[in-house]
Amino acid sequence: MSDKLPSHVVTPGAGPAYDHGDKFKVEKLDFFYGGFNALTDISVSIKRHAVTAFIGPSGCGKSTFLRCLNRMNDLIPGTRVEGRITLDDHDVYGSGVDPVDLRRRVGMIFQQPNPFPMSIYDNVAYGPKLHGVRKKSELDAIVEESLKRANVWKEVKDILSRGGLTLSGGQQQRLCIARVLAVEPEVLLMDEPCSAIDPTSVQKIEDLMAELKDRITIVIVTHNMQQAARVSDYTAFFLQEVAGEPAHLVEYDRTASLFTTPKDRRTEDYITGRFG
Amino acid sequence: MQSRERMNKRATNAVALTVIWMAAIATVAALGTILVYVFVNGIGQITPSFIFTWPHGVNMEGGIWPTIQATVYVTGLSMLITTPIAVLAAVYLAEYAVQGRLVSTIRFAADSLASVPSIVMGLFGLAAFVEGMGMRLSVLAAALALSFLLLPIIVRTTEEAIRAVPKYIRWGSYGLGASKWQTVSRIVLPSAMPRITTGVILAAGRAMGETAVVIYTMGTMINGPVSPLDPGRTMPVHLMLMAQEGINMPGAYGTALLLVLLVLGFNLTARYIGRRNRRMQG
Ligand SMILES: Nc1ncnc2c1ncn2[C@@H]1O[C@H](COP(=O)(O)OP(=O)(O)OP(=O)(O)O)[C@@H](O)[C@H]1O
Ligand SMILES: [Mg+2]
Repeated sequence: MSDKLPSHVVTPGAGPAYDHGDKFKVEKLDFFYGGFNALTDISVSIKRHAVTAFIGPSGCGKSTFLRCLNRMNDLIPGTRVEGRITLDDHDVYGSGVDPVDLRRRVGMIFQQPNPFPMSIYDNVAYGPKLHGVRKKSELDAIVEESLKRANVWKEVKDILSRGGLTLSGGQQQRLCIARVLAVEPEVLLMDEPCSAIDPTSVQKIEDLMAELKDRITIVIVTHNMQQAARVSDYTAFFLQEVAGEPAHLVEYDRTASLFTTPKDRRTEDYITGRFG
Repeated sequence: MQSRERMNKRATNAVALTVIWMAAIATVAALGTILVYVFVNGIGQITPSFIFTWPHGVNMEGGIWPTIQATVYVTGLSMLITTPIAVLAAVYLAEYAVQGRLVSTIRFAADSLASVPSIVMGLFGLAAFVEGMGMRLSVLAAALALSFLLLPIIVRTTEEAIRAVPKYIRWGSYGLGASKWQTVSRIVLPSAMPRITTGVILAAGRAMGETAVVIYTMGTMINGPVSPLDPGRTMPVHLMLMAQEGINMPGAYGTALLLVLLVLGFNLTARYIGRRNRRMQG
């Protein structure tokens, strides 16, 4: 696989047994907020059915990069992308691509749990309904299945008609995961999903990520090195070296290698807590 | 030196606090005085027969029922006309319009419209609807003229309500593959609904108390309007006519108290909805 990639693509070390190929391929990506070049020359491939972690100091563009993958940045006026991103070898920014379809395939979880102000059931049923599921029995099944996969079914199965906002923060976050799973995404982008919630919920989310992996490709942004090491198969380290200058990708490797034998001095400094 | 400075600071602080405190008291006292004054003078009048029977005689003795009917009628009709237009306009301004010169011009126009004296709006209603469109003095003409007064108010509050919906909630919807319209209609508007309702109710309270606009557009006839093309006399107009020449001061105070209670009831409802919403979305 790797010999087909352009030479500037950093491929992980020895290909693990579970390498299912590339889900996303990013080539020479530059990103702009108006005149501000936030990211430059990012080339990376994201492995199918694996968990990839993005780490790096605050403000180095991890969220920005994540939002490039499902074109969520399109919603921010004045932004611009250069370079190329492919999903299953199709150009994400190609002219025939409807970002609305793309976002159904590439779901997203945010740092702040964001349930809709409606019942738990309706939160999960919202996506399937959008995409044309009408039958009550079918919706019931999707809601139950999704809440189970999101590790929150036991806690909410008796209160499905209660408002989603009445749950605890951690439960809300898992509800939001269920809501995304209900539309059967191929990729799940998680932007610091655990930084605003309780430890029990963090545990449950880490567990569910491991379980989802065989059906879904997961990308997670985290500030927690231990979490990155625990949950991910691959890790990418981003860094903005000078304020006002664009951030770039310093190192990308299998998590085991990156955390034990980082190739770059800056990676080592970061993961050992010397800055950031 | 330092201690004098500190004393100065403390003195300034005390003066500022006193002034703020007095201003607050004055505001509450003004409201209290009005309420007590109207209440004391009007409470003796308020009986079922005052509310539910018709006035009679040259001094308009008896009840005020047809004026209550006319007030509720014109307010309701005006809200019915204004609310959908105002909400759609606000959705357009907040969600769809490219933010720039045009939108800020529209916003400026709306704000200016809101500050047109209501007597001028009454004259405009008279020229445009009563005479121009041949509606004659009617509930419909008054409702339309009131709409011009209410439209900017509701547009403004609705726009603010829509903008107050956190972007993360919208992104949650877009992230599930929802289109813009699906997101706006199923997530943003329902989330903003309590605040929108609050704005609409406050506007309705404003419409109920409006005198200048309705006197020119639906007249002063005591008839209890049924068709939207009937003329009619609203409570504020009735109150004004009774008080004008002092022909029936007790009746005027009774009407005033009922009107104040109605508007106050509206405001309290709006407040309650706002509160409940804050608790739910906390
Ligand atoms: N909407 C925006 N408009 C302009 N600049 C932005 C916008 N969002 C982010 N930026 C800038 O882009 C850079 C990258 O921000 P981003 O939020 O992607 O960083 P991050 O790595 O996710 O940080 P954190 O770890 O704090 O979440 C920052 O310099 C930030 O100020
Ligand atoms: Mg971020």
